[in-house]
Amino acid sequence: MEVHIQLTKLRTKLFCSCNSDYRDAEPNTHLCPICIGLPGTLPVINNKAIEFATKIALGLNCQINEVMYFFRKNYFYPDLPKGFQISQYNKAGGKAFADGGKVTIRLNSNKKDILLDRIHLEEDPARLVHKGSIRTSPYTLVDYNRSGIALIEIVTEPVLSSPAEAREFLNQLKLIVQYTGISDLSLEGSLRVDANISIKGHPRAEVKNINSFKEVESALIYEIMRQKNEIKKGKEIIQETRHWDGRVTIPLRTKEFEKDYRYFPEQDLVPIIITKKNIDEIRESLPEMPYERVSRLQHQYMLSEFDAENLILDKDIADFYENGVNSDPTFGPNEFKLYCNWLMNDIVGWLNENNSKIIDTKLKPHYIVDLILNIKKGTITTKMAKTMINDMMKGKTISKILEDKDKKRISNEFILEKYCKEAIEENPNIIKDFEKNPKAFEALIGRVMAKTKGQADPKITRKILRNLLH
Amino acid sequence: MPEKEEISEDTLEYISKLALLDLKEEEKSKLVKQLSEILIYFNKLNDLDTENIKPMTHPIEGLQNVFRKDIPKKSLSNEEALKNAEHKKNGFFKAPKILKG
Ligand SMILES: [Zn+2]
Repeated sequence: MEVHIQLTKLRTKLFCSCNSDYRDAEPNTHLCPICIGLPGTLPVINNKAIEFATKIALGLNCQINEVMYFFRKNYFYPDLPKGFQISQYNKAGGKAFADGGKVTIRLNSNKKDILLDRIHLEEDPARLVHKGSIRTSPYTLVDYNRSGIALIEIVTEPVLSSPAEAREFLNQLKLIVQYTGISDLSLEGSLRVDANISIKGHPRAEVKNINSFKEVESALIYEIMRQKNEIKKGKEIIQETRHWDGRVTIPLRTKEFEKDYRYFPEQDLVPIIITKKNIDEIRESLPEMPYERVSRLQHQYMLSEFDAENLILDKDIADFYENGVNSDPTFGPNEFKLYCNWLMNDIVGWLNENNSKIIDTKLKPHYIVDLILNIKKGTITTKMAKTMINDMMKGKTISKILEDKDKKRISNEFILEKYCKEAIEENPNIIKDFEKNPKAFEALIGRVMAKTKGQADPKITRKILRNLLH
Repeated sequence: MPEKEEISEDTLEYISKLALLDLKEEEKSKLVKQLSEILIYFNKLNDLDTENIKPMTHPIEGLQNVFRKDIPKKSLSNEEALKNAEHKKNGFFKAPKILKG
């Protein structure tokens, strides 16, 4: 599998100073002579891109190469303005940005290390727009805004054995990217996957244009089925590049061979040397990685592995958790667990239902502390707390909700008596029932509550109604 | 060193395909000859003994780590960017269709 990740947290492109924030821009408005490949222009490397590539290489436990240089990968396609892509190459004397590395995944409680072959730093090609489908479009429209955006290419060893493993691999990879802070993978097109798929003993086909996490599994399942059917029919699988169109894969071109790309060192860029000292400095600046955090959370807050792994699935959630449980010095293992349960069940449930992220809500970490303390004090029950989640998400603590209720509560007997009399007059049917049916009395209290929008003090109302009816 | 280095018709076919060039018959025979001559010329390099020479990847020795800061600068306007394009449409560059047939 080859995963391409845009370094969306960079402000400029890889080799020029064009603004990399192209997503809402009009086509072909983030261009300069460098990124449309006009003759005589010279690319200059964005130093932050080297820093970001180092970060992800460290996060994935790769070996970073100390000396490297860029290569030209030559092919003609409308998405490449220069007729070549500036990339890296780990042959012909060249080195990848980093070699090796791994991502540990868990599937049905089995752990597996997905080994990486290498990672490269390279420039993104342009975005192609077709009228209708790629197959029927009479022409191709090209938007070079994306051309030259910094990409990290991550190549796995051929070790993924099922679509589910591929999905888990991407989930873990996404997490590590989120923790390193080099890219926002929720942005459309920030992650693209090419998958080399083969049935044992047959040639492989490469499927390109898998443009989101969601599509990876369906694209793989489709292609595996297609190849199995071909083999069943007695046909040979052709080594080719296929295009995922969201439903099926269609043949794009017979696969180029590596030599067709005529890789050679890019003479417009001088070599890059990354010293051990550079690497150590970046390592220092790197936040704790998700897999490291799991074991720390387990130890620091006595959480189960299951809870810890769940918490770290979203860095913002895990940060929120730690801010919360650390905001109250009286919290111990019992509260750590309670906080985790409220966060992962009720709060995440609310977020999913409302299609929202925790940082976009008004919920603050100490709100859940407040909730837990109110239940502990007995001011509310767990059941009541659950009905208050929605208000909490909108920026109100449970204590504040209770206080407001208290403030608005009508306990003035004179006013309440007026409401009670009205309720009796307006509901002669209930009064008729009153003698035989004890439920009628409760119904009457309900009417008073409705009139006062729930603000009548229930105890006093009860007393007044009893006096009036006897 | 061999004086005769022939580029075959097949090789020409193959590299013209990579370059997306449709060649006429007379162009083909001309190019086979010319490319062969170029190859012979470059073969002179094989006369040198490079046994103990480190391969040179970049002509300027010692220059490395030429970087710039990640600070955006003004880009071209859409009109400027498309100025030299012969085929354009709605602010896009227009290219031939990708899938043939
Ligand atoms: Zn540019």
